[in-house]
Amino acid sequence: MADTVVRTARKQAPAPGAPKGVGRLPRAAVHHPWWFALPAIVVFAGFFLVPNLLNFYYPFTNWSSYHSDIAFTGLDNFTTIADDGTLVRAIRTTLLYAFLAAAFQNGFGLVLALLLEDDTRFNRFFRAVFFLPVLISALATGYAFQALLDQDGAVNSVLGTDIPWLGSTTWTIVLVTLIHGWKWMGLSMLIYLAGLKGVPKDMLEAARMDGAGPWRTFWSVRWPMLAPAVTFNVTTALIGSMNTFDIVQATTGGGPAASTEVFNIYMFRIFGQGLYAQASAMSLVLFLVVVAVAIPLVVGLRRREQLL
Amino acid sequence: MWRYGRPGLVVLLAGLAVGVPLWLVLVTSAKPQAEAIKPNLDLPEQWQPGSNYADAVAQGEMLRGLLNSLLVVVPSVVLVLILGAGAAWVFARRKSKLVAAAYALCISGLLLPPAVITIVMELRQLGLANTRPGMIAVYTGMYLSTSIFFMTGFIRAIPMELEEAARIDGAKPFRIFARIVLPLLRPVIATATIMVMLYAWSDIFYAFFVLGGGERTTLPLNLYKVASAQLYLNNWHLVFAYVVVMSLPMVAVFLVGQRKIVSGITSGAVK
Repeated sequence: MADTVVRTARKQAPAPGAPKGVGRLPRAAVHHPWWFALPAIVVFAGFFLVPNLLNFYYPFTNWSSYHSDIAFTGLDNFTTIADDGTLVRAIRTTLLYAFLAAAFQNGFGLVLALLLEDDTRFNRFFRAVFFLPVLISALATGYAFQALLDQDGAVNSVLGTDIPWLGSTTWTIVLVTLIHGWKWMGLSMLIYLAGLKGVPKDMLEAARMDGAGPWRTFWSVRWPMLAPAVTFNVTTALIGSMNTFDIVQATTGGGPAASTEVFNIYMFRIFGQGLYAQASAMSLVLFLVVVAVAIPLVVGLRRREQLL
Repeated sequence: MWRYGRPGLVVLLAGLAVGVPLWLVLVTSAKPQAEAIKPNLDLPEQWQPGSNYADAVAQGEMLRGLLNSLLVVVPSVVLVLILGAGAAWVFARRKSKLVAAAYALCISGLLLPPAVITIVMELRQLGLANTRPGMIAVYTGMYLSTSIFFMTGFIRAIPMELEEAARIDGAKPFRIFARIVLPLLRPVIATATIMVMLYAWSDIFYAFFVLGGGERTTLPLNLYKVASAQLYLNNWHLVFAYVVVMSLPMVAVFLVGQRKIVSGITSGAVK
């Protein structure tokens, strides 16, 4: 839809009142001068792009709190994290975390959006209720669930059990991603609601006239029309959760036995030990993994939008 | 059947999924330590919210944290909105390969992770490490992509004729931007404000690297300290008193801007 807007805008006739006497400057340069965008570009380049470029240099040095000057050391940092097994483990853990968290967040969000689709006062109230977790900091969310899932915690006291919920090297990561999905489901819900609002009423009417039931209407009409919302939600959820930190730190701190140690937890720990270049090496790996996931994902979802 | 089943299901889900954790936080924040050691859903036998909250304020250095958070988050949000709106206006209205490239670069922050370790290195070289301006610069750089993305999509849907009418009346670009574009952006500004506030208000990861410990720690860093200090390991009552106070400003901001936030998301993200 954005594209159509661009195209129609381009076809517009030249503004009749274009100011005179501005020489041969193109109209765009007069009406929408670059210097409106310049401050943003400078700040973004200075504090986002430049650090990311530096991140292609420092991982190959011995930068740490133990050296006064920084020297080039080649691949040492990478061989260190590859040899002690943290590299492969961190990649696997982070990818697993991202896929599970995105699945839960989107699943919960879509179900909530479908349940609360109609614009009634009742629904508006409960949309706000389900949005509440988004407003509470991830760190606080983590502590609340730690209190719930602790061996001495609320869930065990309600169920009368004694299960160490956060102590399993296999299942704890699933629980933590469930918490992640819980925290962000309200945002996905809002975006799915926005997508559902964009489904033309007469289209649903026509489907009903043709005798389609709720399931059929969902799969044949609503779901295809939701494609842009799915693209946005899945992309932001997947990429966002690869950058996760607070929930994991507050619930497990990376444990048990490093089974939930995602990239950022590792960086946090290693940076705290003063091994800056090594943490930077992990940061470069995170960057490359995100790029490797993001590009095919965005391209694939966009193509899917066209097909549907 | 479904007519009554649906509201019932909604209430049940809300109670279990949102009600239970919230209830746990609230009741635990009102219990004395002995009752709070094993967190459960019971009502406090002895209510002492007042002294818990007072302790959290005193031991968690909450007022200093609040001031530090405000001094970092408010300027970041303002900068993200102003710089983002200016850039979005140019990106939405001008058409050339260069503009498309600049736009793509500026929203690359939506996908790419910030290189947090080398940010620290750069800030040290600039003399901005452990300072508020450094933190503000990092947040602004990080969240500009979000605001530019939302705002560009929004401006593209605003008819050009509005600007042209003002131009015929002799208005210069700055006047058109301030008088026509900015006021129309109100819903998307609300969305961007809450998104950036959400991230920056609760961030501890970047604050840890940029601000470290010390004098300028923000609220979440203080909460982290309170919760992880060995001394307070089982002080759930203080942790949750802290959590409640820290969450209230965000809830208030949301309640005030709720309508606009929803319409901003509708028109900005889903095209």
